Amino acid sequence: MRLPLKMMTAAAALLLTAVSAQAQIKIGAVLSVTGGASFLGDPEKKTLEMYVADINAKGGIAGKKIELVIYDDASDPNQARTFATRLIEQDKVDALLAGSTTASTMAIIPLAEEAQTPLINFAGAVQAVSPVKKWNFKTPHTDLMACEKIFQDLKKRGTTKIAIIAGADAFGKSMRDQCMSVTGKYGIEVLHEETYQPRDNDMTPQLTNIKSKAGVQAVINPGFGQGPAIVTRNYKQLGIAAPLYQSHGVASKQFIELATPAAAEGVRLPAAALLIAEKLPDSDPQKKVVVEYKKTYEAKSGQPVSTFGGHAYDGLMIMVEAMKRAGGADKAKVRDEIEKTKSFVGTGGVVNMSATDHLGLDLTAFRMLEIKGGDWTLVN
Amino acid sequence: MAEFLQFLFSGLTIGAIYALVALGFTLIYNASDVINFAQGEFVMIGGMVTFFALAAGVPLPLAMLLAVTTAVLVGLCLYGFAIQPARDATAVTLIIITIGASIFLRGVAAIIFDKNFHSYPGFAGANPLQIGGASVLPQSIIVLIGVGAIVLALWFLMSKTLVGKAIIATAANKSAAQLVGVNTDWIIALSFAASAAIGAIGGILVTPITLTNYDVGTLLALKGFAAAMLGGMGNPVGAVAGGLIVGLLESFGAGYLSSAYKDAIAFVVILAVLFVMPQGLFGRASVERV
Repeated sequence: MRLPLKMMTAAAALLLTAVSAQAQIKIGAVLSVTGGASFLGDPEKKTLEMYVADINAKGGIAGKKIELVIYDDASDPNQARTFATRLIEQDKVDALLAGSTTASTMAIIPLAEEAQTPLINFAGAVQAVSPVKKWNFKTPHTDLMACEKIFQDLKKRGTTKIAIIAGADAFGKSMRDQCMSVTGKYGIEVLHEETYQPRDNDMTPQLTNIKSKAGVQAVINPGFGQGPAIVTRNYKQLGIAAPLYQSHGVASKQFIELATPAAAEGVRLPAAALLIAEKLPDSDPQKKVVVEYKKTYEAKSGQPVSTFGGHAYDGLMIMVEAMKRAGGADKAKVRDEIEKTKSFVGTGGVVNMSATDHLGLDLTAFRMLEIKGGDWTLVN
Repeated sequence: MAEFLQFLFSGLTIGAIYALVALGFTLIYNASDVINFAQGEFVMIGGMVTFFALAAGVPLPLAMLLAVTTAVLVGLCLYGFAIQPARDATAVTLIIITIGASIFLRGVAAIIFDKNFHSYPGFAGANPLQIGGASVLPQSIIVLIGVGAIVLALWFLMSKTLVGKAIIATAANKSAAQLVGVNTDWIIALSFAASAAIGAIGGILVTPITLTNYDVGTLLALKGFAAAMLGGMGNPVGAVAGGLIVGLLESFGAGYLSSAYKDAIAFVVILAVLFVMPQGLFGRASVERV
């Protein structure tokens, strides 16, 4: 019963491709447009749609138009896997831009490897790109880089004794582990650790324990979604004096709104240049790209820009440029060209990929920001 | 000591929310034997409608009124279009209908409102009060007072008014209540409206502390259900006690034992209690009359 069904689907797919075979390049995307990670997937979807339309209006890639197929995994890794399979087997896409969350991405990577289809993912955690997989690439900064950036800043402030309160989701756990892995390198001592569930709405018990721990000079909160906003509110409520560091996972204006500007005052976080586009010095190599993306996104979507949409922009542009260099959508050639990406200026930083580095960003891609008066400011 | 108080207030505030959801369960369960899993959605509607009304420039009291009215209308629609037409079905079928309704309401909320988290400022400012070394948000006090007022009002309704007596009669024996002239359909509709209003008031009060979004109701329904079971399904006192106990277990569990296992700690205690007292802390053993 299984085989005939598969053959029928294959036949149907063949028929479909025959009908729409007017020299198109098919790019498939699986994004978390709804559900808990919708703040990632929603701007990503909007970004992909507006820029694909723009590229097609300008003539496409080597005379071929891009056809974008987007599925919403509703922030569920199981659905992400199902949709990625559908994109590969049924829609027969040439390339994948997929995975808003680390969990979804980890479900998709093996499929892309098996189908030998180039994949650029938008996951935050370092496992989404390390160890290097042949067909998998990634645009967002990793949590390891975020930790190192925070630790650098701590050292500049002469602070070494910290506490960590991490979200118990994939992102929070991964970043916490990455932070622990480089404490030795920066001479940081973690005095106390707490966690919270992603949907918790009160973290005062955990923060009370951190407050009563003697000697804590700074607190790091790896997490994304509404959790860090509640941590920031509770932090202020308890009047903890040590500086609070958030991660790049909360790098959107919505975080300041949710945490309230009063509670977020003085909070520091590593983030992409996009957040402070207009405040960058003119000499900054990224200034032109980020200002342009910000203007385009805000004009077309009517919403404030977030770095997450920027990751999708970087992924699409790296993919499109690789396809242009490859002269089409040949999967193996495109993959090789993505790997050869050099000095690509994106919203996330300057990308230099290699056979051993499928991310291509270094610590300079992160800026240390401080929230002042409800807005981002560049530290030093 | 300061820590103990901090955990206590934290647990009471969160527990008060669970208590309100549990009360909503209890009210509908009593009148109709249905466990309404769309109860958490009323809390969501309360918070979301208030936020969007405030954002549209509506003054706070009016926004709150609007939110409660919306929730009551949704509650009545839920009864009129989903529960009432299937009134001859078994309780299990009706429960499944409410689960469907809950998913439907979440979807509609995601489309009408949006998928982001929202919050609005507390009604009495954001500066925490210092009570014995613990920092307490004024909004937490408002939540506790609000829950207390709702419990009092319910007690008054149930034991001092004719409507309350009719609800109790319907709960005890629907056919007998009909025979003595109680319009049981109307009573059950009323219980849906009342529990929608309770949920919405809860949502309005807690959103400044806990934030809200379109699917905030799922988890609340789960925790509220656990609280109602712990207290003894169908017993309003048990619902409140169960809610507060679950909240306190979570906060003391996170504070004194391990924040990684705080939900597990709460549920293990609940399971242990139900193992010894299957009818819950305040529930009476159910007797099937033949």
